[in-house]
Amino acid sequence: MSAQAETPFPPGALEREAETADTRRRWLLSLPAIAIIVCAAAGPLLVMVIYSFLTPGDYGNVKWEFSLEGWMNTIVQRDIFDDTLIWADAHLSIFWRSFSLSLITTILTLIIGVPTAWFVATQPPGRREFWLFLVTVPFWTNLLVRTIAIQELIRSEGVINLVLLKIGIIDEPLQMMFTDFAIGFGMTYVYLPLMVLPVYAAVDKLDFRLVEAAHDLYASRWTAFRRVILPLIKPGIIAGSILVFVPCLGAYVTPRVLGGGKNLMFGNLIELQFGAGRNWPLGAALSLMLMAAVMVALIFYVRITSREKADG
Amino acid sequence: MAETTTPTPTETAAPALTAPRREPRGYSVRSLPGFAVIAIFTFFALYAPILILVTYSFNAGTSLAIWEGFSLRWYYQAAANEAVQDAAIRSLYLAFCAATIATVAATMAALATTRTRRFPGKTMIYALINQPLMIPEIVTAVALLIVFAAIKVWTGHTSMIYLIAAHTAFCVPFAYLPIRARLETMDNTLETAAQDLYASRWLTFRRVTLPLMWPGIVAGLMLAFVISLDDVVITEFVKSAGQETIPTYMLGQLRRVVTPEVNAISTVILMAGVILVALFFRLTSRRR
Amino acid sequence: MKTLAITASALALAASGAFAQELNIYNWGNYTNPKLIEKFEAETGIKVTITDYDSNDTALAKVKAGGHGFDIVVPSASYVPIWIGEGLLAETRPDQMENAKNLDPVWIDVDWDPGRHYTVPWQWGTTGVVVNTKYYDGDIDTSAIFLDPPDELKGKINVVPEMGDVMGLAIMYHGGMPCDDDRELLRKVRDTLVEAKQHWLGMDYGNIEKFAKEDMWAGVNWNGSTFRMRLANENIQYGYPKEGYVVWMDSVAVLKDAQNMEEAKTFQNFIMEPENAALISEFARYANGILGSDEFMPDEMKTAREILIPEELKDKGVFIPTCAPETQALYTRIWTDLQK
Repeated sequence: MSAQAETPFPPGALEREAETADTRRRWLLSLPAIAIIVCAAAGPLLVMVIYSFLTPGDYGNVKWEFSLEGWMNTIVQRDIFDDTLIWADAHLSIFWRSFSLSLITTILTLIIGVPTAWFVATQPPGRREFWLFLVTVPFWTNLLVRTIAIQELIRSEGVINLVLLKIGIIDEPLQMMFTDFAIGFGMTYVYLPLMVLPVYAAVDKLDFRLVEAAHDLYASRWTAFRRVILPLIKPGIIAGSILVFVPCLGAYVTPRVLGGGKNLMFGNLIELQFGAGRNWPLGAALSLMLMAAVMVALIFYVRITSREKADG
Repeated sequence: MAETTTPTPTETAAPALTAPRREPRGYSVRSLPGFAVIAIFTFFALYAPILILVTYSFNAGTSLAIWEGFSLRWYYQAAANEAVQDAAIRSLYLAFCAATIATVAATMAALATTRTRRFPGKTMIYALINQPLMIPEIVTAVALLIVFAAIKVWTGHTSMIYLIAAHTAFCVPFAYLPIRARLETMDNTLETAAQDLYASRWLTFRRVTLPLMWPGIVAGLMLAFVISLDDVVITEFVKSAGQETIPTYMLGQLRRVVTPEVNAISTVILMAGVILVALFFRLTSRRR
Repeated sequence: MKTLAITASALALAASGAFAQELNIYNWGNYTNPKLIEKFEAETGIKVTITDYDSNDTALAKVKAGGHGFDIVVPSASYVPIWIGEGLLAETRPDQMENAKNLDPVWIDVDWDPGRHYTVPWQWGTTGVVVNTKYYDGDIDTSAIFLDPPDELKGKINVVPEMGDVMGLAIMYHGGMPCDDDRELLRKVRDTLVEAKQHWLGMDYGNIEKFAKEDMWAGVNWNGSTFRMRLANENIQYGYPKEGYVVWMDSVAVLKDAQNMEEAKTFQNFIMEPENAALISEFARYANGILGSDEFMPDEMKTAREILIPEELKDKGVFIPTCAPETQALYTRIWTDLQK
C-alpha cells in the first residue's frame, strides 16, 4: 500500500534514507508473491539443478554419482551406431520447432487479440467486464474436450470444410487435421485470453483525447494508431506477448494433440526424459537451459525498458 | 475515471495540452477500421468449438464426435458418478483458492515493482515472479513431487494444501503481468494529489489507486482462474490419493475412451459460471 | 434386481459414512468398472477411493517418492520387475489365496512374477495393427501395414505414441526380439521407422472417432480399443502381425507401505472370483486371466477376433521384458531421432 509517489525530498542524507526505506517497503510488498514462488516453484527447482549433475538411475530417477553427461548430452551425443561424438541435432531441430511455433502463435494472438481487446475496452464502462468474462468463459471447459471439439471443426467433413464447400471457395475438402495449420489454429485459440486480458487492461486506460488530438493535427488513422495508440498500450502488448510466447516454448499437450504428435516439441523431449526415456539428468539440464535462455532475454528486456524510461 | 491523468511521457503526449477542437469527423476515434470485424469473428471462433462441445454433451451415443440422437444420459451418468462430481468441485475450489491468493500477492508485487526508480533487487523480483512461466510444467511437476513427497512423509499430512500452494505459485505470473501492464499506463499524479489533500496512504490506495488499477486486477484474476482450472501436469504429480481434478480425470481417460460425460460436466460448470457472473454484473450495475 | 439391491446398500453405506475400512486404489484412468467397486464395497464394507494415473513412469515416480497414500497399484508386466526390484511391493502371496484356484494356469508362471507371489492378473491384451478393410483388402496380419505401407493406406496411418510397443513391433518385423541391442538390427529398425513415418498421418491416442469416421484408415492400436472401433464401424479389422506382435498384461499389486494391507489383500482375492473378473473385462473390453469368467462376459466379446487370437498366430505374441537401462537409452535415442 506504499507504492505512492516519491515526493521531492531535499538532497543528501535524508534522500538516501528515504530511498532505503522505500526499497525496504517495496521488498516487503513483494514478499508474499516471492515466498509462494520460492516455496512451490523456484525453490524445489534447486532439486533439478542438483539432479542435472547426477547419473541417470537404471529405471528413472537418479543415482547419486556426479556426472556432467546430462549437460554435455544437451549439445553433443555419442552416435548410437559408431560411437563418434556428434552434435545433438535432434535437440536443436526440436528446439527450433518449438521456437517458431511460439513466434507464430504470438503473432497470431497479437493480430486477433489486440482488436478483440480494443473492442472489449471500448464498450460502455458497465459492460466491459462482462465482455471480458465472455472471452474467458470457453476456458472454463476442459482442455482435452475443447481440443477434441476444435478437431471436430477442422476435420475433412467438419463444419469449416462444409461451409467452404457450400459457398464454393473450395471444390474438395481441405486436409487440416494434424497439419501445421491445425497446431497454429489451436494454439492461437488456447493462448488467446493470455493476450486479450493484459492488452485490455492497457487499452481500458487509454486517454482518447490524445487520439482526438492526433486526428486534429491531421494524423491519419493509421499514423494515429502507430504513433499514439500503440506506444500507450505497449505495456499491455508486451505483457501479453510474454504470457503467450514463454509458456508456448515449453507447451506440449496442445501441439501434441492437435498436431497428431508426429513431431516432438521441446516440452515433449523433456517429458520423454522424465518418462520412458529414464534420463532425468538430461531432462533437468535441457529444461534449465531453456529457463536460462528465457530469463536472460527477459532481464535484458527489463534493463532496456527501464533505461528507456530513465531517458524519457 | 482516469481522464484527467496525463499518460506516460512520450513524444506524443504534448498535443494533449492543446485545447481540443471539435471538428465533425466522419468516424469515432474509438473505432478502428476492421477491429470490430476481427473482434466479432474472434468471439464467433471462440464459441464454435464450445457449441460443438455442448451439443455432444446431449449425445445418445458414447462418442464425442459421432452423433446418435438426443439424450440426457451423460447428465444422468455424471449425476450418478460421485467421483466426477467430486473432481469438478475440487477443480473449482482449487482454482478459486489459487487464483484469489495469487491475485492478491501479484497485486502487491505489481504495486511494488512499477512506477518506481530502479531499486536494488527490482530485476531479481521481476525474474523470480516470472520464473514459473519459463520452465515446462513437467519439470516443476517432478521437482514438486520430490520436495512435497518428502514433506508428506515427514509430516504425515496430505491435504489439499500442497495442490493449492503449487497452483498459486504458477498462477502468480499470470495475474502479475496484466496488473503490471495496467499500472504502467498509470502515473502517480492522482495519488500525489490525494496525499497533498492529506489523505492517508491507506485511504489513497483504497479510493484512488485501487479503483484505477481494478480492470487490471479483474483481468489478472480471470486469467489465473482459467489457468488453474486447466492445469493437468503439475496436478497429476502433486495430487495424493483421492485428489482427482477434472483435467487429471480426463488425462486418465485419454488412452482408453473419452465419453461425453466430461462434456456434460463442462457444460454444467460453464452454465453455473455464466449464471453466477451474469447475476453479479446485474447486481453491481443496478447499484451504479 | 440383485445389483439394484447391492447398489442401494452401497449407497446407504456411503451415505451413512459407516465405512470403517478404506482402500486406496491407484489405477490407469477409466479402467475400473464402477459396478465392480460397488459390488466390492457392498460385500466387504470397505470404502474404495480410486485415483488415476496415465503412464507407468508417472505411477512409479510418484510411489517411489513416497507420501502418496495408495494401497494398490496396477503396473504393466514390463514394469513389475522394476517395482519388485525397487522394493515397493508387498509379497502378499496371491497364489495362496482362496480364489487362486481360479487363476488360468497360463498366467501363473509368468516371467515378471513367477508363481504369482506379488500380483494378480487384471487385464491383458495385444498391440497389433488396425485396418479399415474398405480401403485395403490385402493381408492385414503384418506390421508392413505401418512399416512398409501399401499405397492405398499412405497418409492415413496413425501409430500410438508408445515407445515400447512400437519399437517392439519394428524390431520383430526385422526378425529380432524386444530389448534386442544388436546395432546392425537397430540401424535397420531406425531406417525403416524414419522411412515409414513420411506416410503416417499422426502419432496419437484417443482416435476411436477418427477411425470410425474414416479420417484414419490404418495404424498401430490396442485390441480392446479396436474392438470399440469395430462396434462403431464394421469395416474396421484387427490384425495380428505374423512377424510378431506385442502381448501385455496389467497386474494388481499391493504396495509395501500400504496403510490398508488387509483390505488390499481382500481386493486381490476378490478380483480372482470369475464373476468379478468378468465385470473388469466388460468395462474396458480386454480379457482377464481368470478361468470361468467367460460365461459372465457379454456375448459379443466371446467371438470377437480382437479378443480371441486366431490359432495359427497364437505363438507370434511376445511379452516385452524389462529392457536393460543401456538398451532403453538406445531406444530413446532412436525414438527421438524418429520425431525430431
